[in-house]
Amino acid sequence: MKILAPLYMAALYAFIFLPVIVLVVFSFQDGRLPVPPLKGVTLKWYADVLSDRALLSALWNSLLVAIVSSAIALTLGFLAAVALARTILPGSALIRGLLIAPMTVSYLIIALGLMNLWRDLGLSVSLWATGIGHVVINLPLCFAILYAAMGDQQRSAERAARDLGASEPRVLWHVTAPMLLPSLLAAFFLSVTFSWDEFIIAFLLTRFDVTLPVEIWSLLKSGLSPKTNAVGALVFLVSVAAVIILELTVFRKRRA
Amino acid sequence: MTAPVSLRRVTQVYGNQTALHGIDLEIAAGEYIVLLGPSGCGKTTLLNIIGGFAAPTAGDVLIGARSMAGVAPKDRPTTTVFQDYALFPHMSLADNVAFGLRMRGVAAAARRAKAMEMLEMVGLAAMADRRPHALSGGQRQRVALARALAVEPDVLLLDEPLGALDLKLRRQMQDELKAIQRRIGTTFVHVTHDQEEAMAIADRIVVMNAGRIAQAAPAREVYLHPASLFVAEFMGEVNKIPLTNGHSPLGPLHPGQFSQKTGTLCIRPEAIGTSGPLTLGPARITDLAFFGTHIRAHMAPLAAPDLTLIVHLPQGAQATPGDEITLFARDAVLVADRP
Repeated sequence: MKILAPLYMAALYAFIFLPVIVLVVFSFQDGRLPVPPLKGVTLKWYADVLSDRALLSALWNSLLVAIVSSAIALTLGFLAAVALARTILPGSALIRGLLIAPMTVSYLIIALGLMNLWRDLGLSVSLWATGIGHVVINLPLCFAILYAAMGDQQRSAERAARDLGASEPRVLWHVTAPMLLPSLLAAFFLSVTFSWDEFIIAFLLTRFDVTLPVEIWSLLKSGLSPKTNAVGALVFLVSVAAVIILELTVFRKRRA
Repeated sequence: MTAPVSLRRVTQVYGNQTALHGIDLEIAAGEYIVLLGPSGCGKTTLLNIIGGFAAPTAGDVLIGARSMAGVAPKDRPTTTVFQDYALFPHMSLADNVAFGLRMRGVAAAARRAKAMEMLEMVGLAAMADRRPHALSGGQRQRVALARALAVEPDVLLLDEPLGALDLKLRRQMQDELKAIQRRIGTTFVHVTHDQEEAMAIADRIVVMNAGRIAQAAPAREVYLHPASLFVAEFMGEVNKIPLTNGHSPLGPLHPGQFSQKTGTLCIRPEAIGTSGPLTLGPARITDLAFFGTHIRAHMAPLAAPDLTLIVHLPQGAQATPGDEITLFARDAVLVADRP
């Protein structure tokens, strides 16, 4: 047993991370193909990526969409969660259900719907459309995380703040939001990573100003190259950074 | 700061349940009032109505002669010490206490000074920069009190503030609450279900039952002259002797002050002894327990062996089960209702 447990754990992590490790290792391949054997180590492909204007602008677009759409989804989700946690309206359950419903709809269907809507409105697809699509997919997530985080302690602290003379906006700003800070950060960073990774909506709703996953997809169309591995490694690095920030800010605070 | 509170025909109806039946109560400025009653009697509902957290179905609340109808909690001259303390976990103690002043636009330095003064009052100035989670229950209670008093309210509302503390700490906090109230002179309205707590601190106890005021009077009056059987029983252990046209199961009572009367005679266990103006007659001890300050005895009157009297015998009494004692009583009160 003493040997089996660590072995099992090692096998599990290998299963999860081996593809990523292979991707990162062969992004340093000194050759034309990212397949074994490793012929030598070079940073040439990274230089290639960082001098590729199209890739860098896609990376910038991705960051912009991720941050702006997450901020909007977070704000809307926060306000909805506060409202539904405080007041019991006739149809509260229905409103909650409708807010969470988009989570169960496939991204492809959401993208198709938005594409049709955009066409009916006579607008051309753009980064904006993609951003709205990402708000649609991330709002249920933000709402669910924040709604679950609101408990009795929250409610009674808000009541005390009102009792001490705080207006509703000040209750939200001085008490509700700071008390929910760990959950707000968790919801925001999760939204950012989901938006950062998202391909289908971005693919269907952008044409010229594409996001990074779409750009990588067009790179792949011209065949395997260590360059795509290098892009993948950089994307992975960003995701890892987000997780580390989350760990350092949110979870450390929660333990304190 | 202090102000009188006037409750006029305050009624609260939830669906088909009436929580408060037209409560009338005048609270003087600087008075320490305790709302006392079992859970569900409407005392917390009444406190919420004074604080503005619930609007009465009918009736009016006046604080310092100003009607509070439609006035939000944040605009009322009241603050509350909540049962669960409701401290802000993300703020230091000083920031917690200064919160109300901050909402009133007091400058940072001035509100810090006031917060320190309030923390000093409750003996926690040394911990001003700590967060609430580092505190014990009693310390949190004090911070909640300091926070509520920092804005110098006219009326302080306390919702079972000592309910979560252990007995020893509760006694100590009762003394502190009373001392602080005497010093600042603010009107205190304190809700509890603990009659000892009520007697320890109140200028006047308002005993509530099923949405009505059963009696509103100082502790001595409520305890010794209960207005009803409910009040008599709620304020402490009591012997109930039914009377019908002056006849009791113990036979005729001497002297004849209760002749021709009908109701229930209420006698406290410590008011029964071997001397007193009212003769209860001989009784036999069936059970004894030593309680420290007294010996608590179960006694069966010879005239009515099915009736059990609870009697507090003196600490040094030499008594054993089976002994016969002739009992006398003082401070007997006749109430109209039957057990």
